[in-house]
Amino acid sequence: MTEIKASMAGSVWKIVVSEGETVEEDQDIVILESMKMEIPIPAESDGTVKELKVAEGDFVNEGDTIAILES
Amino acid sequence: MTYKDELQKRTEEIKSGGKDKYHQKNEEKGKMFVRKRLELLFDEGMAIEDAFFANCMDGSLPSDGVVTGIGRINGQDVCVMANDSTVKAGSWGKRTVEKIIRIQETAAKLEIPMLYLVDSAGARITDQVEMFPGRRGAGRIFQNQIKLSGRVPQVCLLFGPSAAGGAYIPAFCDTVVMVEGNASMYLGSPRMAEKVIGEQVSLEEMGGAKMHCSVSGVGDVLVKTESEAIDYTRRYLSYFPANFRSKPDTAEAGEVKSFEKSIADLIPENQNAPFNMHDLIKRIIDADSFCEVKKKFAPELITGLARMNGKSVGIIANQPRMKGGVLFPDSADKAAKFIQLCDAFNIPLLFLMDIPGFMIGTKVERAGIIRHGAKMLATMSEATVPKVSVVVRKAYGAGLYAMAGPAFEPDACLALPTAQIAVMGPEAAVNAVYANKIAELPEEERPAFIKEKQEEYQDNIDIYRLASEMVVDAVVDPDKLRDELIERYRVYDSKNVTFTDRKHGVYPV
Repeated sequence: MTEIKASMAGSVWKIVVSEGETVEEDQDIVILESMKMEIPIPAESDGTVKELKVAEGDFVNEGDTIAILES
Repeated sequence: MTYKDELQKRTEEIKSGGKDKYHQKNEEKGKMFVRKRLELLFDEGMAIEDAFFANCMDGSLPSDGVVTGIGRINGQDVCVMANDSTVKAGSWGKRTVEKIIRIQETAAKLEIPMLYLVDSAGARITDQVEMFPGRRGAGRIFQNQIKLSGRVPQVCLLFGPSAAGGAYIPAFCDTVVMVEGNASMYLGSPRMAEKVIGEQVSLEEMGGAKMHCSVSGVGDVLVKTESEAIDYTRRYLSYFPANFRSKPDTAEAGEVKSFEKSIADLIPENQNAPFNMHDLIKRIIDADSFCEVKKKFAPELITGLARMNGKSVGIIANQPRMKGGVLFPDSADKAAKFIQLCDAFNIPLLFLMDIPGFMIGTKVERAGIIRHGAKMLATMSEATVPKVSVVVRKAYGAGLYAMAGPAFEPDACLALPTAQIAVMGPEAAVNAVYANKIAELPEEERPAFIKEKQEEYQDNIDIYRLASEMVVDAVVDPDKLRDELIERYRVYDSKNVTFTDRKHGVYPV
């Protein structure tokens, strides 16, 4: 089980995977919007998205868990 | 026994290091014997070894647990000290310390690089009066390192622990290569942490290689094996001269790799969409010449050595793919150290800008982002090596300044046609200037108004307008960027300036 965490503070702009989906290392899980930039948050390893902890529009702080990945 | 036989017997005994069980233990952990490490490190083994017989009257402490001497790397003589962890866990006794001090003094006299192959439990407490507090005690090792810093390249290969005071050896090196799983640095061990402050923590978590190379930034390069650490170091040193008086050797002129996509194809039209700056770097440097430093630490900024037409160059590049390429306290520190490193050893600098600015918000203000940013600006500004900045896409606010913008005397500030230089991006600017006006408008009229104002703003910061005002020195076709840079570095090679006249500046640290 790996927690995917926000690399910086910002708002959740787009969620690009759904729960149950299989993802590969480096594949984007969500895209944050911060400093007017799109900030992709990728999976750190291959796995299945067990749970998404955020919804589009949510504010997240650096280090907040965005999703849980089951490898 | 003849004199000769005695010498041979003693030599063989010392050469074999500590007891077999310690050799075995090391082998189980994937650790090589110190002499094997040195054999791999040098072109043709160690040429000179001093104080081989140190502490030989003891019998149980061959070479007093450290090998010191000189050998060649890429044809260049380098000084080395290498702990032998089969001898009392590589701990430092009186003679160990004296040997390290002497080889450092040799490196200073000869003005050649100094390498530290560290694998040591720290001070030998039983010898503390002789090795710790005095004029030629362990403190002198760090004093020497500080004096050597910027005079000759200093690299630490961390193969095992570097404990307590010993942890300052890596701290004062230009670059620290750490072997995952075995290398560690800490002032107090987990056992001590539990006893003294009540914290329960594992060694890996508190002072492991991965942590130091990705979180604390005390480590620079994380490798899986000792051979990899040695290969990296040999390669890394090939970009450097022997000392601050010389310039790096020029390698054979390399060709750039060919790619299907051009630089122009890589850069998204939307300034806010990410792309991978590594892809651009690959298209301007000699094929396979990138030697990244601090890859895992603050990856929103890329720092690494490369070659262009065979010549060493230090690259500092924003990485829009990570954290939007925004500068944080850690990335500012990372840049400051790397700029100092290149400037010290006459390696020209290349800044590749695609930066929305420094991070804002409570967290970074409390972390002192202004102080850390000031460090980056100061070292960048002080660097007197040939310095070229390229505005790849956006360069907003203090981001333009930190990345060697026009005010900081780069030898040239170039722009790609996609460049956009401004105090802030159009969205933020329109919001800042027209916030009240937007609030007054009926909601349905707002998007059209914002769009109109953003377009006006875009025209105002058009790159040709800035070229017309001579803010940038040239607007360059991305496909010709490599050639332009090679030509400029060739011309700027004779640059010889002093930053200013004084003892030293007083900057935030």
